[in-house]
Formats: sequence, structure tokens, C-alpha cells
Amino acid sequence: MPTYVALHYCEEIDWTAPDMFDDAMKAYGEFEQAAADVVRGSHALYPSASATTVRVPDGPGGDVLTSDGPFAETKEALTGIHILECADLDEAIAVASKIPTTWFGAVEVRPVRDL
Amino acid sequence: MVPTGDAVARLVRDERARVLASLVRVTGSIDLAEDATQDATVRALETWSRDGVPDNPRAWLVVAAKRRAIDIMRREGRRAGKEAAAVSGPPPDPGPAPDLGPDPDDVVRDDLLRLIFTCCHPALAVEAQVALALRNLGGLTTPEVARALLVPEATMAKRLTRAKQKIAQARIPYRVPPAAELPGRVAAVAATIYLIFNEGYAAGTGDDVVRASLTGEAIRLARLLAEVMPDDPTALGLLALLLLQDARRDARSGAGGRPVLLADQDRSRWDRDAIAEGVTLAGAALRRAPGRPDPYATQAAIAACHALAPTWADTDWNAVVSWYDLLLTVQDTPVVRLNRAVAVAERDGPDEGLALVDAIGGLGAYPWWHATRAELLRRLGRPGEAGDAYDRALALPLSEPQADHLRRRRAELAG
Repeated sequence: MPTYVALHYCEEIDWTAPDMFDDAMKAYGEFEQAAADVVRGSHALYPSASATTVRVPDGPGGDVLTSDGPFAETKEALTGIHILECADLDEAIAVASKIPTTWFGAVEVRPVRDL
Repeated sequence: MVPTGDAVARLVRDERARVLASLVRVTGSIDLAEDATQDATVRALETWSRDGVPDNPRAWLVVAAKRRAIDIMRREGRRAGKEAAAVSGPPPDPGPAPDLGPDPDDVVRDDLLRLIFTCCHPALAVEAQVALALRNLGGLTTPEVARALLVPEATMAKRLTRAKQKIAQARIPYRVPPAAELPGRVAAVAATIYLIFNEGYAAGTGDDVVRASLTGEAIRLARLLAEVMPDDPTALGLLALLLLQDARRDARSGAGGRPVLLADQDRSRWDRDAIAEGVTLAGAALRRAPGRPDPYATQAAIAACHALAPTWADTDWNAVVSWYDLLLTVQDTPVVRLNRAVAVAERDGPDEGLALVDAIGGLGAYPWWHATRAELLRRLGRPGEAGDAYDRALALPLSEPQADHLRRRRAELAG
């Protein structure tokens, strides 16, 4: 069965804000319950201010360069992921379209390469 | 009898999409199906021109393509299958050899439908859908698709490869969408075909023959869609609309490629056979969607009003305006409102038309909004304002023949 990652992009979500927690967590919880058959994992991420970008430009063994913040500076940040196991892209799109992030942001659906 | 090379080429081309569609089902891979179909069509061109066309050309092609596919699968199977699979999707199942007998008609029909919906899947960029439709459903070669769409050949080859990769990697399914999604997906297919038609229509009948041939390609694709979905209002409406618009092809440009407006066209040069077919199809499409009007069927009805009118003046403007009213209920866009206003001007007079045109917002960058105002102002005997409106239209991007037409109209004002 093909695996897809649903990457959530939207304005930063502060999962620790009290009202946020109640409303949003309820919506996401409902989604995960409804899609329990295909959701293989999910993570909510801390805001991108907590991100560290790692580069090793000289290749293996080279100096490790770190910088504060996310790799891409865009208005929309990566705020969470779902791992979905679906029969095909149509099913993955149907499931992803139920993720609450699609209401105020966007969800990128990417096939995972089988190895 | 040994047919001419042209006749064989046409026959092979007409069957190509069906053969390819069957092969995609059998092999599960568009790439493999393309290679096998390509090989079979080359063989057909050689053999048929020499020995004559077999009784059932499609069955011949399918058998030849399936044999070729088995050869390729065996060869690929001997290579490290897993590596090949990782880059091009699931490995073709080399299990039981495909049945070499001819497929029943309903199987062919379903195969073709699946291929249509895969090529026009909304997860593919519109340019990719257009390229795939022309290449896989229309049977143009990659260089022909590139030339028709004014894209370098290498760019087009890359675009097609990327599209096929996405189909394989993201697992865009090869199937007919479930009933609940069908209307939306048929609309997406129709939009892609209509886009192809308009590319060709915009090119006109001038020197750019390859681009102009896109109208013919789009009609072929619309025919294919109507053939596999004979009860679908969108499929029938689209084919009707394309036939009715294309029926005016010979009359819509004059000397030097100058555009001739509908009002001034020599109607004896319209293609009566295409009109008869288009009108019948439009009627069939409208009858099949009594509840919710289909935008293509409704536009076809408007085109039919023009096609059946003996002259511009004798057009049933009441009917045209009513169809536009209906169209606005499903497709309320400023351009539809503009076209409706033109019909109202013919029915009720330029005053009423101009009031409606002026009330449409958001068309300031659309040259034909200004040009329409100019024409109405001129009829109202307000040449100063008409001249200003022509100037505003001419300041916007237009093709050279279009700009020439407007400059000519502008110049007539002074006299």
C-alpha cells in the first residue's frame, strides 16, 4: 500500500495557547478518529522559531553549519505532518481534504518512495 | 486493395488512443504501454501499406502491442526489476501472459475512459494535462505537440516525462471516478479540451497551420469523450459547442487574416454539416440536464441561435438573451455579462446595451470591453467618446489583425 506524507503549511500555530488547544485539538482529533484506518502517524510541530537548520556543505565529515530558524523563510510554516497509507492519490487527496489545516492553510500531499 | 500511405496513417492514428488505453490496463504502466503501442503502430504502417489493412485493424494493433509488451516485460524482468520499479512506479506484473484475443467493445470503452481521466487528472498541472491529452489521446508526436503549443521540443519532452513520473510516483489511479465525483471530473476534462480548442481558435486560419490544427484535435478529443460518455450533458455540450464554433472557421477571417466579426460574416461559407450535427447534439445535451444547466450545452445553444439565423439582423435575440440569463446562473463571469449586454443591445437598442456594459466591473484590462463600448457609443452618435474607448482598447495587448481591425474602425469615425 503506498504511503503519503501530508505536510501542513499555514501561519504559525501556537499549540500551547489555551483557546487554540481546545478548538483546534478537537478538530484535529475528530479528523484522526475519522481517518483512523489510513493515518499511520502524526505530529504537531513547535513554531518554526524553534527550528534549527543543519547543513554540511563540505560533504561527509565536513563542518556542521547550523542556523536559527527554518530552511525556507515563507509566510506559511510547516506546522505538522500526517503519515497516510492509501490505495492511490485520489484516496490520499480525499483524506487530506479533511485535515483542518486545509481550512486556513494548505496541505501538501507527497508520495513516499518505497525502498 | 493496398491503401494509400495517408489512409493507413490516419487509420493507425485514429486507433492509437484505444490501443494505448488497453495496453495501460494490461501492463499497468503508461511508459511501457506507449513503447509497445509505438512499436505496433510502426509495424502497422509498414505491413498495411504493403499487404493491405486487416479486417479488424484495432485487434491487429492490440495483439501486436501486447506481444511487444510481453517481450519488453520479459527483458525488463531479466534486468534488476527492483531498480527499474523504484524509478518508474510499480513493476509490470510479468505473471500470466496477457490474453491476445480482441477486447470486447465495452472493455475498450472503459479503458479509454480511464485513460482520459488519468491524463486530465486535476492533480496534474493544466499544461501537463493538455500535453498528455494531445500526446496520448490525440496521438500527436512529441515534436508535434511542442510545435502546436509553441514550446521547445526538449521542454515538451521533459514536461511529458515529468507528468508520467508524477502519475507513477504519486499513484494517480487509472480508473473512472466514482459517480459522486464524476460531474466535476468530466468538467475538468472538458475544460482541458476546450483550452486546446481555444489555442487553435486563437491561432486562426493564418499561416500557423500547426497551431490551427489544434481545433481539429480538440474536436477529435471531444468526439472521443462523447463516444465514451454518450449520456453526459457536458460531453455532448462540449462537442456541440466546438462543432458550432468551428463551423464558422472559413468565414471568420478575410483577406490577410483580418478577423471578420460574426455580424459581418458571409454565412454561406459556414459549414452546414457541422452546424446540423452541433444543433442536434446541443439539443441532446440540454435534454439530459434539465435541472442544472450545463455551461457547455448552454453556450452551444447560444452558438446554435447564431448558426441557425439567416443574418445577424434576423437573429432571435430574445432567445440569445434568455440563454445568456441561464448561463449566468451557472457561470457568472464578467465576459458572459459582456456578451449578454451585446445581445441586449441588439434586442433593445444600444442605450440599454451600453448601460449594462458600463455596469460590468473588472473588465478594464479586457480590450473587448472597451471595444464593445466604442461600438455602442458610435451607434449612439457619440464619436468623441467612441474614439476614446477605441484608444483604450488599442492600448491593451491585442493580436496584430485584431488591432488593425480596431484601428480601421477608429479611423472610420472621423469620416
